[in-house]
Amino acid sequence: MSLKNKLHLLKEKYSDKKYAPAFNALHTFLYTPNETTHSGAHVRAVDDLKRTMNTVITALIPILIFSFFNAGYQHYSAINGFPSDFSVLEHFLTLDNFLVGLVTILPLVVISYGVGLGVEFLFAVIKGHEVEEGYLVTGMLVPLIIPVDTPLWMLAIAVIFGVVIGKEVFGGTGMNILNPALTIRAFLFFSYPTWMSGDKVWVHQAVERAGTADAISGETILGSLAQGADYSYSVSDMFFGFIPGSVGETSTFLILLGGLFLIFTKIGSWRIMLSAVIGALVMGLIFNGVVDAGWIHSSSKFYHLMSLPYWQHLIVGGLAFGIVYMATDPVTAAQTEKGKWYYGFLIGFISVMIRVFNPAYPEGVFLAILLMNVFAPTIDHYVVRGNVKRRLKRTKKSIANLETV
Amino acid sequence: MGLLSKKDAALIKDPLFDNNPITIQVLGICSALAITAELKASIVMGLSVLFVLGMGNVVISLMRNIIPSKIRIIVQLVVVAALVIIVDQVLKAFAYELSKTLSVFVGLIITNCIIMGRFEAFALGNGPWKAFLDGIGNAGGYAIILVIIGFFRELLGSGTLLGFQVLGDPIAKTGVYALGYENNGFMLLSPMALIVVGLIIWVQRARNPKLQESH
Repeated sequence: MSLKNKLHLLKEKYSDKKYAPAFNALHTFLYTPNETTHSGAHVRAVDDLKRTMNTVITALIPILIFSFFNAGYQHYSAINGFPSDFSVLEHFLTLDNFLVGLVTILPLVVISYGVGLGVEFLFAVIKGHEVEEGYLVTGMLVPLIIPVDTPLWMLAIAVIFGVVIGKEVFGGTGMNILNPALTIRAFLFFSYPTWMSGDKVWVHQAVERAGTADAISGETILGSLAQGADYSYSVSDMFFGFIPGSVGETSTFLILLGGLFLIFTKIGSWRIMLSAVIGALVMGLIFNGVVDAGWIHSSSKFYHLMSLPYWQHLIVGGLAFGIVYMATDPVTAAQTEKGKWYYGFLIGFISVMIRVFNPAYPEGVFLAILLMNVFAPTIDHYVVRGNVKRRLKRTKKSIANLETV
Repeated sequence: MGLLSKKDAALIKDPLFDNNPITIQVLGICSALAITAELKASIVMGLSVLFVLGMGNVVISLMRNIIPSKIRIIVQLVVVAALVIIVDQVLKAFAYELSKTLSVFVGLIITNCIIMGRFEAFALGNGPWKAFLDGIGNAGGYAIILVIIGFFRELLGSGTLLGFQVLGDPIAKTGVYALGYENNGFMLLSPMALIVVGLIIWVQRARNPKLQESH
């Protein structure tokens, strides 16, 4: 008997029991069920929720694999110094690097999925509804937006918090106001700030080696700039992602490819991505302009971040990752086409603003997206109202025209 | 309770649980979020409101037939302000550190909606004994929630209870800290207090479906 049949029988057996949703989920996750709807009008489409989720995960896989190598590269470079004649094959794509990533990042992925899906199953059983696929993407995003050495128990608590408070209390998948992955990151950030910022958390083992003779560290570019310190990474390092940072946020190149893939498959909104990039560039240009005009003294604590060339804001920190994978979340983003332009623009604009002006938060993209998540319904409301008003005006005009004729 | 008639007992019991001012009427949230980072502050705040509301209800109830209804709000404000000043001065005299922690929130008891609400809704229309019980009950309900929030926030946020390190020493890494546990800084911030209030509301309504609003 095939696995599919076995799962089907198991499902039948438990169909009236309390745990039916759990077995249903297992069955439909692995296979398309045989049952079909017989009555009523229905639309047959392949791009169901599960397909959508899997497309995003596909777009994330290269980033995950890259992050394995980068974890090792940052770790060994912090110990031995950065190679002077850097070659990707010799220094980056090595088995040693990959193994470091395997022991640090794979557990994060496992915990994220295990705990998150566990909570989803639990709620499905208690509430008696089907398990929703909502966590599939969140579970993959979460390990990619946290530092490499985040303790697993902290991640587990944050995931429980994010799924329960960020999603389930609002009614589950599709009903949440805030992006669950960012809720999890925000929880970690405010709960355990020492594990989420500083120069020790971005490199594997830096925390446990702190204070010993083997101490290592690696500060992110934004962190260095916030302190007015220098960094030794070239623009191509920033673009291809050979820099310290949260697990999956570093490689703008791969994020760009993933973004194009999402646009091509029509999963992610190009309007949001484009307008967010424009927003970030505009804010960056304003800051550059302030520096060029000499309105800010070079001893100001904002000077270094403000004088960062405007386009480099896109390739350092998590801005690119946030724009492509988080801002485009169809549930929490603005729904109207026009609203998406405002929504995206403000995300880019505010991200760079928080980055520069708030020294306590060297990275602002997650706060900017959460803020705009809250405002998305308001934006939609006014876009729709504007539409109604315009049409009313048009109707009145045409009626007036008819009367004069 | 033999001491109280069934009706009188309900005056105290209802606001403690099924008609709790914070979790059911959603009043007095401001101070519940602001001063509950420590259990001690929560307890003192609860006791202060207990004193102010218990006494205030009695005073207003005694004066209820002589207060012209046009100026009743001002009279109520004078009464509650007088009582709050007494509390504030006592705290400053005997618990100065604590009064600094509570800062403006003792003074802000005046604006606590629970107090004006009970004056308006109950003390103006009932005798002093009943008004006293109602005041004690409502302030008690407020205090219970404050203590619950304060308990969780101090335990999880600072690892202490009433200032005692019940989970071990976070710097010397003893107790649970030796296992890698760390205090949750989010618990000390007000947003988390709101979430804790939300969780209490959730638990209470899940246990007693009668409290759930239909919509």
